[in-house]
Amino acid sequence: MVNSRPHRLYAKGRVLGFRRSKRNVKEHTSLLQIEGVRSTEDTDFYLGKRVAYVYKAKRVIDGSRIRVIWGRVTRSHGTSGVVRAKFRSNLPPRSFGASVRIMLYPSRV
Amino acid sequence: MAHAPTNPLIAPGVHRYSRSQAYAKKALFKKAKQVAPAKAAAPATTKTVQVGGAKNNQTREVPLVKAPRFYAAEDAPVPKKSRKAPRPVSLRASITPGTVLIVLSGKYRGKRVVFLKQLESGLLLVTGPHKVNGVPIRRVNQAYVIATSTKIDISGVNTEKFTDAYFKRDKVEKKKATEEALFEAGQKKPVDASRVQDQREVDKAILATLKKDRILRGYLNASFALSRGQFPHLMKF
Repeated sequence: MVNSRPHRLYAKGRVLGFRRSKRNVKEHTSLLQIEGVRSTEDTDFYLGKRVAYVYKAKRVIDGSRIRVIWGRVTRSHGTSGVVRAKFRSNLPPRSFGASVRIMLYPSRV
Repeated sequence: MAHAPTNPLIAPGVHRYSRSQAYAKKALFKKAKQVAPAKAAAPATTKTVQVGGAKNNQTREVPLVKAPRFYAAEDAPVPKKSRKAPRPVSLRASITPGTVLIVLSGKYRGKRVVFLKQLESGLLLVTGPHKVNGVPIRRVNQAYVIATSTKIDISGVNTEKFTDAYFKRDKVEKKKATEEALFEAGQKKPVDASRVQDQREVDKAILATLKKDRILRGYLNASFALSRGQFPHLMKF
């Protein structure tokens, strides 16, 4: 891209894993750590926001190797700013540690 | 959420308040009595026809729509009637006419635009102005917009002609693909002259107010983006 000015319109996040207890794993809910979010109060801005897990795959579909799994931030998790998110299809385990995009919409400001 | 009943049961079948006490609590007498409007006369379903024969009373009432000759052996399922009516979309308190908005998605994402008014469909009517940042008069959904604290005086703007119908596209009949049509398809259609004129008229008043402020024009021209170390939840827009 010629334009070197910033054009990012999403917050960065990281996939921590699935929601789980000691022995049971709930794959239907993923836990995300959003950059700069350290407390439950901070998470309020992000609740309901759309999340995109963007990844690359081998096979070309419609001229692109890039694919997206969309989801939404559902609620906060714990007290250190982690949030729960649900994706249209459960995230694959290889996404653990990968970065996700937390979009700024649907906006409430 | 359902609230507690005004007249709760103190024992099965026994209410806390008597009938008159409950009436007083409801305060229905304060409300104006509604008078049902007089119903219009029902349209005629029968007509009178002349019939021959001395003993046939000369005239006879005949239904306008004949009863079907056969009845369906099985009942056809009738779709359930929805009693839901779409409610008007409420506007976020932070968005008022003249507010500068940041568009979050679509072709013009990251652009700062001026909010003009809310349309009947609930969509927001915005303009760049086109001359400042290239955003034409268009509709955006308020979910895809951040309201900033910057407000611009748009009292001189006439937005009467912009309705949802204004943005409706003309239906183009599909033509058979000919050699010429295929060559033409790649070329951009010129923008309707009347639309250009509408844009100019709306922007004129806004540009005049922008001129009074030293930085407002540059602000609208600058696009919004996050860079490292910027967190939207800490921002005051």
